[in-house]
Amino acid sequence: METERRSGERCTCNDETTTLMTVAPRLIVIGGSAGGLQAILSLLPDLDVQLQSAVIIVLHRQSHYESVLTELLSTKTKLPVKEAEEKEALLSGVIYIAPADYHLLVEADHTLSLDYSEKVNYSRPSIDVTFSSAAPVYGGNMLALLLSGANTDGAEGLIDVHEAGGVIAVQDPQTADVDYMPRRAIQLAPVDVILRPEEMAAYINGFAGV
Amino acid sequence: MIRNPISEQEVAMLLNDVLERYGYDFTEYAPASINRRVNHLFRIDRFPSFAEYRCRIISDEEYVLRFVEEITVNVTEMFRDPDFYSALRTEVLPVLATYPFIRVWHAGCSTGEEVYSFAILLKEANLLHKSVIYATDINTHVLEKGRKGMFRLSQMQQYSRNYMEAGGQEDFSSYYTANYDYAKFREYLGEKIIFSPHNLVTDGSFNEFQLIICRNVLIYFNKNLQDKVLTLFSESMEQLGFLALGSKETLNFTSVIKKFRQLGNREKIWRKMHL
Repeated sequence: METERRSGERCTCNDETTTLMTVAPRLIVIGGSAGGLQAILSLLPDLDVQLQSAVIIVLHRQSHYESVLTELLSTKTKLPVKEAEEKEALLSGVIYIAPADYHLLVEADHTLSLDYSEKVNYSRPSIDVTFSSAAPVYGGNMLALLLSGANTDGAEGLIDVHEAGGVIAVQDPQTADVDYMPRRAIQLAPVDVILRPEEMAAYINGFAGV
Repeated sequence: MIRNPISEQEVAMLLNDVLERYGYDFTEYAPASINRRVNHLFRIDRFPSFAEYRCRIISDEEYVLRFVEEITVNVTEMFRDPDFYSALRTEVLPVLATYPFIRVWHAGCSTGEEVYSFAILLKEANLLHKSVIYATDINTHVLEKGRKGMFRLSQMQQYSRNYMEAGGQEDFSSYYTANYDYAKFREYLGEKIIFSPHNLVTDGSFNEFQLIICRNVLIYFNKNLQDKVLTLFSESMEQLGFLALGSKETLNFTSVIKKFRQLGNREKIWRKMHL
C-alpha cells in the first residue's frame, strides 16, 4: 500500500495557544497485556527525546488504575505522556495511552478516535483495533510492537500492519512474563523482528529516524 | 484472508445510498469506527461482494434497519461510570428538585440501561413522580428493548456493584424481578420514561429541558457534526440547565463552550450560564 510522507504537513493542535505543530510522520504502536507493563517500563527511559514519531500504547488493564498508569509512565521518560483524547492529532515525540474501556482508532487525517463498541478478544481497548485502524493510515511508516500477554489480541492486527507495509515486532517469548500472546503472534503473523525488552528502545529509536 | 474488503471510498458510497434512499445520515460520522463496523457487518452477513452488499442495502428496507443498528454502537450498561452518577445525585438532583416539573432528555439512549439508572436516582431523591424522561435513539429496535425494561440477569451483579459505587443505599434487586434469564425493572420506573425515535443529525429540538444526558454518542461524530448537535442541545435547554456527556467527551474547543460552565468536579457535566 502506498503511503505518503507527511513530515512537512502542519496542523492546528488541540491547544489554546493553537501552536503549529508537526503531525507525526511515523507511528509506533505498542500493545501489551499481562506482563506487558514491565517491558514498557524498561524501554521508556531509553527512548530518544528527538523521536520523529508518535507513540501509542495500548495496554489491557482494569479501568480503576486509569490515572495511575499515565503518571507511572510519565516518570520513566522525558517525552510527554498523555491519555489519548478523541479528535486530537498525532504529534511527534508524544506518547499516547489508550484510555481504559475505550477502543482507540487512528483516522485517515492522523487524528485519534475513541469507540465504546463491543470488546474484541475480551478486551477494550483492543490492540487489534488500534493496529488495524492505524495500518492503512501509516502504511510503511508504522511499527507495531506486541508484548507479553495471556490473550490472542494483537496477532490479527499485526497481519494488517504487515500487509499495509509496516514493520511488525514481537517481544521474545522467553523474556515475556506470559508468553502466550507473543507466541501466538509469531505463529500467525510474518513477524519482522523478535526483541528482548533491553533491545526495544534502540530498535524504536532506529525506526523513528533518530 | 482479506481483512477490510470494503474500502473507505466504498463505505462513503454506501453511506450516501443510505442517506439518499432512507434519510439516515452517517456521512459526518468519524470514519475509522464506521469503516470498521461496515466491514464487520459485511463479514458476519457473508456477502460475496461489495456489489451484492450495496444492492441489498439499496433494495431491502428491512435490511437497512439492521444496517443502521449494526453500524451504530449499542453497548451500554447500568450506572456506567459510577462517579458520574454520584455527581448527578449530589450536584444536579438538588437543583432539579427546586423545579415544579422536571424534563430530562436522554439522547442516544440505546437499549435504555442508563435511562433506568437515572430513573432510579430520581426515585431515590423522591423526584420521579414530577419528572418525565424523553429517551431517544436513532434505532427503533433498541428503543423497543428499552420500553420492555428487561435486561440480562447475568449483568445484574455488575450493575449492582456499579449502583453501590455510585452511592446507592438500597438493595439493588428491589428494583427488578427476575424472570428466567432477564431482570424486569419495576413498572413505576418505566412509567416516567418516554422512549421515542429521534435522529440527532436530522431532527430538531422538541422541548426545553433542565437536563440533557448524551453519553458516548458525540465520540462517533466528526467535529462539524459535534458542533451541530451541541448547538441543538444548547437550544433545547433552559438557562441554568445541565448537559451531561460521556467520560471522554468535552465541550472544550466547541462552538457552544462560551455558554457553558463545567461543574467543579472531574465529571463531564456542564451548566448553561448564558442563553
